[in-house]
Amino acid sequence: MNAEPLWEVFVRSRRGLSHIHVGSLHAPDAEMALRNARDVYTRRQEGVSIWVVPAASITASSPDEKDSFFDPAGDKVYRHPTFYDIPDEVRHL
Amino acid sequence: MDSTVTDLPEAEFQALVDADSRIEPRDWMPDDYRRSLVRQIAQHAHSEIIGMQPEGNWITRAPSLRRKAILMAKVQDEAGHGMYLYAAAETLGVSRDELLDLLHAGKQKYSSIFNYPTLIWADMGAIGWLVDGAAITNQVPLCRCSYGPYARAMVRICKEESFHQRQGYESLLTLSRGTPEQKAMAQDALDRWWYPSLAMFGPPDAESTHTSKSMAWGIKRFSNDELRQKFVDMTVPQSEVLALTIPDPELRWNAERGHYDFTAPDWDELRRVISGDGPCNRQRMEHRVRAHNEGAWVREAAAAFAAKRTTGSRAAA
Repeated sequence: MNAEPLWEVFVRSRRGLSHIHVGSLHAPDAEMALRNARDVYTRRQEGVSIWVVPAASITASSPDEKDSFFDPAGDKVYRHPTFYDIPDEVRHL
Repeated sequence: MDSTVTDLPEAEFQALVDADSRIEPRDWMPDDYRRSLVRQIAQHAHSEIIGMQPEGNWITRAPSLRRKAILMAKVQDEAGHGMYLYAAAETLGVSRDELLDLLHAGKQKYSSIFNYPTLIWADMGAIGWLVDGAAITNQVPLCRCSYGPYARAMVRICKEESFHQRQGYESLLTLSRGTPEQKAMAQDALDRWWYPSLAMFGPPDAESTHTSKSMAWGIKRFSNDELRQKFVDMTVPQSEVLALTIPDPELRWNAERGHYDFTAPDWDELRRVISGDGPCNRQRMEHRVRAHNEGAWVREAAAAFAAKRTTGSRAAA
């Protein structure tokens, strides 16, 4: 028998917040994955909404190229508000 | 080319560990680290799953609906903990089926504590208080373990274990404050579970085979003996509130050390139980394998249903 596919589980803990990755599980199909996710990850009302995503559908950046991949943002401190010198007396800025 | 030491994957790995950062699944890691984690996480997952049996034994005979609902919730949690841990192990490149096969073939172990029988209702209280208490002592430092998926699973587990320990203590306290017969049951349970609980921390440091490497890799943060001492120091005052007697005539406060002195568990017994000769080893494994085989039709039916729906939706499209 083939192993059941792996699903990644995301839970919205309450209205107004994003879904956050909480873990993974195996299930034969999406409907069972949702039910299993409810039983495995929300036994104590940890969520008001669940997403399940086939793990095979996720495209991830590679840890081997993490330096070159994220480097472009490294030398652009001017993207942060603290980069700019503003006189103290200026308010609401 | 200017190749500094930190360009080597092993040095980079150790630097992350030393900086108390986390190793994630797709990072380079030493083969021994991976093997060691698979062994430890799988053993931990198996313990949760086998650990459902001694308590499952009492669900139908719980003394009240309240205790029954609590016990069912606890056993469900243990199933959930097993699931978190198997998923963490799988991020290291092993499959769930492989891990279950290794357990069923006796090639991976589970905690020796679950090879002791649950003879009376009071054992449910003693297990919650002592066995889960020892597990928590072991597990809290693992929340800071160097391997990300394992550490995250442990954070979830530790949050949930606290209820396990408190319900056990409350249950034992109720018995201890009940009739003389009930109090005697509570004492009997403590007498039988005390030393096996101390043995849960593993062999003494001098004989522990995995400790030093696990420490260097940030998998383990305290030695077996340190954790055992910590557990005893926490548990003795709790036993006083229960008005029960820990079965150790040598147990006494040592002001000089700032710790309790206590008698070590029988290491020969621990070795016997680990090597398969405990009171319930065969029963636990037989039950586990039977449950797995008898559930095969459910897995097959679910797979067939999923396959039918996939082909069905393709035909419709």
